[in-house]
Formats: sequence, structure tokens, C-alpha cells
Amino acid sequence: MESAAIIQRPMISSASIRQQELASEGESTDTASERRPAFEVEQLSIFYGQKKAIEDITLAVPSKMITAIIGPSGCGKSTLLRSLNRMHELIPNTRIEGKVLFAGKNIYSPEVDPVVIRRRIGMVFQKSNPFPTMSIADNVLVGLKLNGVRDRTFLRERLEQSLRMSALWDEVKDDLHKPGVSLSGGQQQRLCIARAIAVEPEVLLMDEPASALDPIATAKIEELIHELSANYTVVIVTHNMQQAGRCSDYTAFLYLGRLIEFGSTTKIFSNPSERRTEDYITGRFG
Amino acid sequence: MKAKRGDQHVWRKTKSALASGGAFVCALLVIAPLALVFFHLLRSGASAVNWSFFTELPKPVGAPGGGMVNAIAGSFELLGLAALVGVPVGVLGGVYLAEYGTVRGNWMLRFVADVLNGVPSIIWGVVVYGLIVLRFKSFSAYAGGLALGFIMIPLVMRTTEEVLLLVPSGYREASLALGISRWKTIVHIVMKTAMKGIVTGVLLALARVAGETAPLLFTAFGNRFWNHDLNEPIAALPLQIFSYAISPYDDWHRQAWAGALVLVVMIFFVNVLVRFLTRERVVRVP
Repeated sequence: MESAAIIQRPMISSASIRQQELASEGESTDTASERRPAFEVEQLSIFYGQKKAIEDITLAVPSKMITAIIGPSGCGKSTLLRSLNRMHELIPNTRIEGKVLFAGKNIYSPEVDPVVIRRRIGMVFQKSNPFPTMSIADNVLVGLKLNGVRDRTFLRERLEQSLRMSALWDEVKDDLHKPGVSLSGGQQQRLCIARAIAVEPEVLLMDEPASALDPIATAKIEELIHELSANYTVVIVTHNMQQAGRCSDYTAFLYLGRLIEFGSTTKIFSNPSERRTEDYITGRFG
Repeated sequence: MKAKRGDQHVWRKTKSALASGGAFVCALLVIAPLALVFFHLLRSGASAVNWSFFTELPKPVGAPGGGMVNAIAGSFELLGLAALVGVPVGVLGGVYLAEYGTVRGNWMLRFVADVLNGVPSIIWGVVVYGLIVLRFKSFSAYAGGLALGFIMIPLVMRTTEEVLLLVPSGYREASLALGISRWKTIVHIVMKTAMKGIVTGVLLALARVAGETAPLLFTAFGNRFWNHDLNEPIAALPLQIFSYAISPYDDWHRQAWAGALVLVVMIFFVNVLVRFLTRERVVRVP
């Protein structure tokens, strides 16, 4: 089991991760091109009422890699992320043009049930939101329980596994019955990650998962994201460019609803082909 | 110059004292009726509140003693029937308003609910008289319960809607992103989070209809004996108070006061219970 392997792998510090990343960045580009992309976004436009949020975006999100979406506020990065598991549809009056292929299939085909899509494509939000009525254990297992899983041994195993993968097990293993909201902000966010991975999705979408956290908690989350990319495709929206540079393999730069540039993070940050990307990354605007 | 400024101080302080004095008097005027009613009820009714009041049926005219046990039990039976009608319809209506409805539909529904809230309670009695009593040619507990249930519906609906809207949308998103279906999200996440508020709304609606007399006059009708069949007239505390209060007998007057006292104390305890339940905030915002 791949997931069992990651549990036993000893925790490595974020500094060593960064070094590893730097060392492996050259080869990651090659391996990615061999695999089928997790998502193929084709000429995607999304409208909120009359307002166009994103326009004509085409991009291939590589599988089992970390892809960062960056750009100034209001550029449509959250909309693009949410369109990958149809969460943007919760806002009334949205309209979509184009396609999003997930594992080769358009998730916007009429016969596709968004509930099933979301089971395979999990999401972590900017603001940690553990359910206030539930204990830590119930928060992790709620996705399984409400979808009809009753097997207690299985649930207990999955609870420990998910909490270990989200690097929270050692901190909460004696308090599993306590309310999820009793944890600190950073712990709550890792609890939300544990909750998302407990249903074993194939992809994790993260909408600025560390923007409300202090630097230490942020470092833990980034370390965790890196660990998760061994098993999951991760797409992360961030307005923190250092974060995108530190923890992603690929970066997409959005500006005013359009995809300006997409490529390996090394390239985007060291030698972008577009002037606007360079201006944004060097802090000249945004 | 100095003297004038001193005068201004005096005048300003006088105005301030007048304003706070006025507010204090008005606050007293609010509290005074409750205190007066309670005091008067205690003085006139306490002597008749004894063991037999809670255990015996009414005695025939002229015979001293007797109690209102059938009316107390009847009131609870009627409240139970009212809850069977008012709680499911009201709660589900509130769920519709908060979770499903369109803007225009909701506006209509809210308007209708608010108008219904203002309909005098005797109108509900007339409506149920026409709907049930005339058709089945009998006053009945069912008819009384239905009339009270109709009064509860808009009350429960609006409070349910309000507490559901207090639940932050982040919880709905988190649940849907786990691949949990919409109705399971509403039942297990949103309603569970707002449960205290919903229960509070139901209790307040029950307390409100517990004292209603007018809608029972020609539906439940009242009964001097035990009700053995819900298809037959049933006694209720407010009805018994009404019929005893307009009687010419001193003993019955005392019992009417006692019944009023018991009713007020019951409603008082429901309100205390509601205070106790809402001691914590209805929804904890993370």
C-alpha cells in the first residue's frame, strides 16, 4: 500500500524538503510529461451572472504533482480551483463554457453527478472549518460515515491513517473525543486536511490553506502538502508567491481572468516568458 | 462668561438625569405588568392550588373541591397534537426558505408567513371549525390540535429559517466538498449545528399556543370529564379557566385563578428552559 508507506516515512524538516525539491526539479518535468494529466482544462470560461470570472483557460494539471495557481486578488484563481470539482456551482447564476476533463472524462457532462465528482476530488478551504458539533474523530470520519461506511475496525484504521498523514496524530491521539473546534488554528486546518483525505480522494484542491496561519503552522502545512503529493494530485491557490515557489512543482499565473503563463515552477520563477508574469513575481504590481 | 458655562453644565446634567430617569421609569413600566399579574395570580389563585387540583376531575356545580387534572392533561395532549402538525411543517418550511428557495419565491413565502403570524388566533379556530368540525360533525381534540398547529407553523418556520441562516456557509461547503449529498449536508451538518436554535423556536411556539383560548372554543370545545377518544371534545386549561371565570360561583372563580397561575408558571418554566438552552451561542463561529 502506497499510503501505508507514507505513514511510516519519518517526518523530514521543511528545509530538507526544499533541498530535495531543488535537486529533483529537473527530473520532475520529465516524469510528469509521461503521465496522463489529472485535469485537462479546455477553453474554460465561467460567468457569475453577467460578470466573466475566468476566460478561455486551457491548461493540463499534471498528476501526482503540486500545481500552484497564483495571481493578484480577483484574478479568478479561486474560481478556477473551484471549477475543478464543481464547487463554484454553489453560487447561484453561474454559467460555464468549455470543458474540464478529469481522468479523460468531462466533469460537466450532463450525466455526471457533482456529488460523485467531489468524492474523488477533495477540497481544503482558506478558513479552517471543522464541524462544531463533532469530535475530532467524527470530523475526520464524517465523509465516510455519512456515505454509509459502518465497519468500526475500518473506520478506526482510517482515522489513525488520515490523522498520521496530516501529521496530527501525535498531537491529538489522546483527545479524539474532544470537539474539533477545541484545537488551535493550525491544528484545525490539518484536521480539515485529514477530513478531506479520509474519503481517499484522488485530488486535493486547496484554497489558500495557510493564509490564516502563523509562520510555524504554515511551514507544517507546506511540509504536509509536499508529503501528500506522493499520493495525490494537489492544486493549491495561494497569494503568497514565496509559498508557491517553495512548495509547488508547477505554477499557473492568472491575471484578470486569463491564464498568462503556465510552466514548471522553476521556470516561472527564474525565467518567465511573459513580461506580466515577471512583473508580478518581482512585485511590480499585484 | 464663566458663570454661563457653569449654567450650561447644570442644564446638561439635568437633561442627562431626565433622560436616564425617563428610561428607568419606562423599564419599570415594562416589568410592572408581569410583576402585578404574577402577584395578583398568587394572591387569588395560590389558595386553590392544592393536591386535589392536580389529581381530581371537576366537581358538579355546588359540590365543593374538585380539580382540573383533565384540563392539564388535555392541554398537554393538544400541545402534542399541535406539535405533530406545526413542527414538521414549520421546520421543513424553514429549511426550504434557508436552503432551497429562490429569492423571489422566498420573498413571497416570508410575506405569507408574516401575514399568517398576524392573523388573529380565533380565525384559525373558525378555519378548523369549517374544515374539520363541520365535516365530521363533532368537536374533537384533533380539531383543537390542528388549530394550534396552524398557529405554530409560521412561528416555527421563521425561527428555523433564521437559525439555519446563522450557520456559516463554510460548513455547507466543507460537507459538500467531501462528496456528501445536499440533503445529508442539511440534516447532519447544518440542522445539527443549529439544533439548539430550532428546539428553542419550537418551545417558544409551544409556549405561545399553550395559552391560546380562542382557537379552541369551537374546535376542542372543552370537556368536564376525561377524554377517552381524540375524536371527542377535550378539556384544556385556558378553556377551563374561561368557563370557570364567567361562572357565578366563588369556588369556581378561585379554581379559575388557580388554573391561570398554573398556566403562567408552566409558560414561565418553558421560557427559563429556553434561556438555559440558549445560554451558549446558537452557532459557534470558528
